Amino acid sequence: MPPPGPGEYRGRIEDPPLLRGTAQFVDDIRLPGMLHAAFVRSPLGHAAIRAVDAAAARALAGVHAVLTRADLRPHLLSEFLAVGLPSPSYKQEVDRPALAGDDVAHVGEPVAIVVAESRYLAEDAAALVEVDYEELPAVADCRAALKPGAPRVHRNGPHNLVAEFDMGYGDVAAAFAGAAHVFHESIWQHRGGSHSIECRGDVAVYDPLEDRLTLWSSTQAPHAAMRALGAMLGRDENRLRVVTPDVGGGFGPKLVFYPEDVATSVAALILRRPVKWIEDRREHFTATTQERDQFWEVEIAVDGAGRILGLRGALIHDHGAYTARGVNVPYGAAQTVTLPYVVPAYRLEVKLALTNKVPVTPVRGAGQPQGAFVMERLLDRVARELGIDRAELRRRNLVPPERMPYATPLKTRGGIPVVLDSGDYPKCQLAVLDRAGWDSFPARQGAARAKGRYIGIGLANFVEGTGRGPFEPVTVRIGPSGKIHVYSGAAAMGQSTKTMLADLVAEQLGGDRANVTVTTGDSAAISLGIGGFNSRQAVMAGSSAHVAALKVREKALMVAGHLLEAAAEDLEIAGAEIRVKGAPTMRISLAQIAIALAGAPGFMLPGGAAPGLEATEHFVVDAMTYANGTAVAEVEIDIETGAVAIKRFVMAHDCGRALDRTIVDGQIIGGVAHGIGNALYEWMGFDDNCQPVTATFAEYLLITAPEMPQIELVHQESPTPLNPLGVKGVGESGVIPAAAAIVSAIEDALAPFGAHIAQTPIRPAEILALIEAGRRRHADSL
Amino acid sequence: MGETRKIIVTVNGTRHEAEVEVRYLLADFLRHQLGLTGTHLGCEHGVCGACTILFDGRSARSCLMLAVQANGHEILTVEGIAPGPDKMHPLQEAFRDNHGLQCGFCTPGMLTTLIEFLRDNPDPTEQEVRVAISGNLCRCTGYQGIVAAALDAAKRLQAAKRG
Repeated sequence: MPPPGPGEYRGRIEDPPLLRGTAQFVDDIRLPGMLHAAFVRSPLGHAAIRAVDAAAARALAGVHAVLTRADLRPHLLSEFLAVGLPSPSYKQEVDRPALAGDDVAHVGEPVAIVVAESRYLAEDAAALVEVDYEELPAVADCRAALKPGAPRVHRNGPHNLVAEFDMGYGDVAAAFAGAAHVFHESIWQHRGGSHSIECRGDVAVYDPLEDRLTLWSSTQAPHAAMRALGAMLGRDENRLRVVTPDVGGGFGPKLVFYPEDVATSVAALILRRPVKWIEDRREHFTATTQERDQFWEVEIAVDGAGRILGLRGALIHDHGAYTARGVNVPYGAAQTVTLPYVVPAYRLEVKLALTNKVPVTPVRGAGQPQGAFVMERLLDRVARELGIDRAELRRRNLVPPERMPYATPLKTRGGIPVVLDSGDYPKCQLAVLDRAGWDSFPARQGAARAKGRYIGIGLANFVEGTGRGPFEPVTVRIGPSGKIHVYSGAAAMGQSTKTMLADLVAEQLGGDRANVTVTTGDSAAISLGIGGFNSRQAVMAGSSAHVAALKVREKALMVAGHLLEAAAEDLEIAGAEIRVKGAPTMRISLAQIAIALAGAPGFMLPGGAAPGLEATEHFVVDAMTYANGTAVAEVEIDIETGAVAIKRFVMAHDCGRALDRTIVDGQIIGGVAHGIGNALYEWMGFDDNCQPVTATFAEYLLITAPEMPQIELVHQESPTPLNPLGVKGVGESGVIPAAAAIVSAIEDALAPFGAHIAQTPIRPAEILALIEAGRRRHADSL
Repeated sequence: MGETRKIIVTVNGTRHEAEVEVRYLLADFLRHQLGLTGTHLGCEHGVCGACTILFDGRSARSCLMLAVQANGHEILTVEGIAPGPDKMHPLQEAFRDNHGLQCGFCTPGMLTTLIEFLRDNPDPTEQEVRVAISGNLCRCTGYQGIVAAALDAAKRLQAAKRG
């Protein structure tokens, strides 16, 4: 077989240990003397803590410590996790405490950490800790939270408004005043948890020999965790290390720094023994951040031909009980709404409301699916009202290719202009319509209806901001072994990051992936790092790897030319050596060059080169690069049960240059699966007292293989001019249009019942209610 | 430590005699007492399937069994699938070649489940594969690469049988 060409799959360097069961996830770490932690957590949505009695727990054999906030205090400079991203829109600070103090504000909030010889004993002891709670009124609905007289989420807080901002541009009032048509929608959107199959976990180790604390953590952002932990502990960065072992999925919430990370670390410092805490699934449902409810009131103004004149509305966003990341989910949602289309005027008023629930932070997509859903629902409404084909209406409004790069008046949350950098959106839409048989669908639908079958088709466009800057460093270093070592601040949790970096470096340095090692997610290996989220690793770390490898290549060739007495342009790197083209006996190994550049006492470096065969690159780019795509879903509804079967799902996408098409496909398909879950299955429910009612996988449904359709992909490649690889991010692309396309298709299938859907998820009972309502309307009209 | 019992269990062909606490989960015994950490725990309530092992050749959730229940039985975990350190099982090779894994956390349970399935149904349809892994959750792949890997593995195993 010929070797794989550019963009072709060559397998992943991550796979062999994962397939053999020898990978090292955080719970696989075993250290001598290691103790195990369990947390005492709030069983109530809101309560004052009158007293904590840990005497019985401490007396249990095998228990080493039960630590409350007071016990942590002497070891902390700050008792709060001040990790929210900056924003001028905050109305109050609601940072999470390391452990609860005088009150608790959500079920699952950690109150005490119990450390014992085994997890079994730690859980036994946790059950013996008696916490005397005085229950307080809880706020479950983020809309009610903002009403005058609403109970407060924090009894000592001023009100329940966390932050408030407006987004938009243009003269919205004029756009609406002059419009031929205005349509209003009230939309509820819910997204649940991330549910990586591996939950969170920490192993904290204090080494007195070096006075160093090491935290092994299943995190997407080890450097940020190191900085947060250092600030709280008052510990220098050279006495602190955060390392990510293999990570079993992230999907957003693992980029957050958590109270458990602090408490486990302090326990290790106090006890001078390694302490492991592994989150179980119930904890993941109640203590790991999630996305939840957004309530949108929006209206769109169009002219007689369906061209958008303006869009306006208001969004109330459920923030949860604390600020664990910031305003980025609703900001991302608000910023995504208009992107694929020419929208002359836009204004959205956004309010973030506290609730007595676990904090909200990004889950794969980070608000962008909600923004896209709002736009696509409005466009379906316009199409229906004006009798225009849904795809044709979109075609009239998509940003045309001749206007690329298209500078929108919007700015990212970091204040950077949103400029759509490349792409042909109408062509992308057309490609997927052709593949999906959009034009012939009405005939198929008519034939199906004649047989009593309800099939429908729907589409959705999206534009995703990817590659959030400012940088992600990469060091490429060739040592005396001749091995090429790559270190990056990027964090890997399943996206093939190590393979991507290894291949980009090998491309410049001999082409042998087996000669490359990759270290990611270790704060001691490279001084800076931002982490793995926001579809950024190929864009940011990939670009840095490419540039760093080029610099090492140039230096290696220069030194080799000096040592071989040949011109650098006559040399080539093949495997682990450099040789003169056409004269293969004239060669020198990368190891020899690395040794020469390591210097010898009293001797000059070869060719006047700077020491060391290595380069560190922080490829800096502030502007995001915008990927785009169109999804078409075809569904069939069982009108007796309300069940939705997705018969086909076709997606055209453009992420610029695809470094490896198979890996790109995997990212998109995984994202689509998540989006299908958001459309049909996933609901993180709470009762009026903020008790979670879906805290197992029997109640909270993840999509399984039989429901999952075979995803068909159509590739477009519009390289971005913003980085040397021409790549855009892809990790979240699949999830963004999925729910919008599916709900569009469901509405189409249920058109005979006049169904109108303005929510996700949409579940069988709700579909049956729509069918029933349609039948009643029909009966009433007879 | 609570009440313990002695058990004798064969794991991946190796006989182990061990003293275990009677409440100790089989998954914890495999992972922490035998050090076979390839078996993963994703939910600890029997839904996600990551902890699936073969128990006397039949798939079972090791998070829903106690270690003492394994007394006198044979267990296969992910570590025992490959024929040797230099060679992987055709199913593992098919997962590698079809991008059947991303983070790899669910993979051990997928592999053990599919070993049993392909043994009982060597020439499955795509739909049969999907039903076979319906008790295994994956959050990364959308299952497409896993299904492709299983179908590819079936072909490889058939070809190997024909020799």
